[in-house]
Amino acid sequence: MVIPSVPPELYLVLSAVLFTIGVIGALTRRNAILVFMCIEMMLNAVNITFITLSRFLQSLDGVLFAFFVMAVAAAEAAVGLAIFVMIYRSRETINVDEINLLKW
Amino acid sequence: MAENIATIFQWLIFLGVAFTSIIASLLVITRKNTIHSALFLVLTFLCVAVLYLLLYSQFIAIIQVVVYAGAIVMLIVFVIMLLDLEQELRSGLKLFYSKVIGGLLAVLFLFGIIYSVVAKSPTGKMGSYTPDKVSANVKAVGEMLFTQYLFPFEIVSVLLVAAIVGAVILSKKRT
Repeated sequence: MVIPSVPPELYLVLSAVLFTIGVIGALTRRNAILVFMCIEMMLNAVNITFITLSRFLQSLDGVLFAFFVMAVAAAEAAVGLAIFVMIYRSRETINVDEINLLKW
Repeated sequence: MAENIATIFQWLIFLGVAFTSIIASLLVITRKNTIHSALFLVLTFLCVAVLYLLLYSQFIAIIQVVVYAGAIVMLIVFVIMLLDLEQELRSGLKLFYSKVIGGLLAVLFLFGIIYSVVAKSPTGKMGSYTPDKVSANVKAVGEMLFTQYLFPFEIVSVLLVAAIVGAVILSKKRT
């Protein structure tokens, strides 16, 4: 008897669960740095989907897309954290519900 | 028989890594201390790197460890140390309702994704990257990156330069 290998559906479901945990964190926490971490987690979950489909459809394009997603995430981290530091300097808080300067 | 043992190990590694990553990401969004959240985030990223190894893409696994677990989380930890954050306060009733609604919508979204995944297994046009080529993963990625994806690669390099310049200008002290 031959045991079947791990099906792609399980990888996709795991990626969906991680994405949902990231969404819940980004919606419920007030600390801007935590919201940022949750967004990184969501990007990571999307990368799992890309790599899974690239493996099971036998194509390399998914790997390249994951690479570009990582490059964009790195750029976003640099700029986003610099913005947080600047907001903290001027307002002394980074709670997302107290930063309402752009609110109409 | 030998293939069976390899498959059993694959299942064990997959299940262990999946549970560890889910529990670590739940801890990320529930800890009060931001540093603890950042460290559990590292654990989540390392679990995902192991998943990439299970999927035979060594290049992305190494990039995951170097860029995510190494660079991005280190940047986050540095910013947490620079800022003197107070403990997160309990929010009022109005915010509580918005959180419950947001969480319910996210769980609905999860059920939607799971339904769409399970209802129809992923099919599509098969590519040319057959399983006997996985030992030369990095070589194949490099060849594709510098031929077919050369223009996006250059755009990403411009984007990274713009991000560096932007970060420096933003965090510069105003005179």
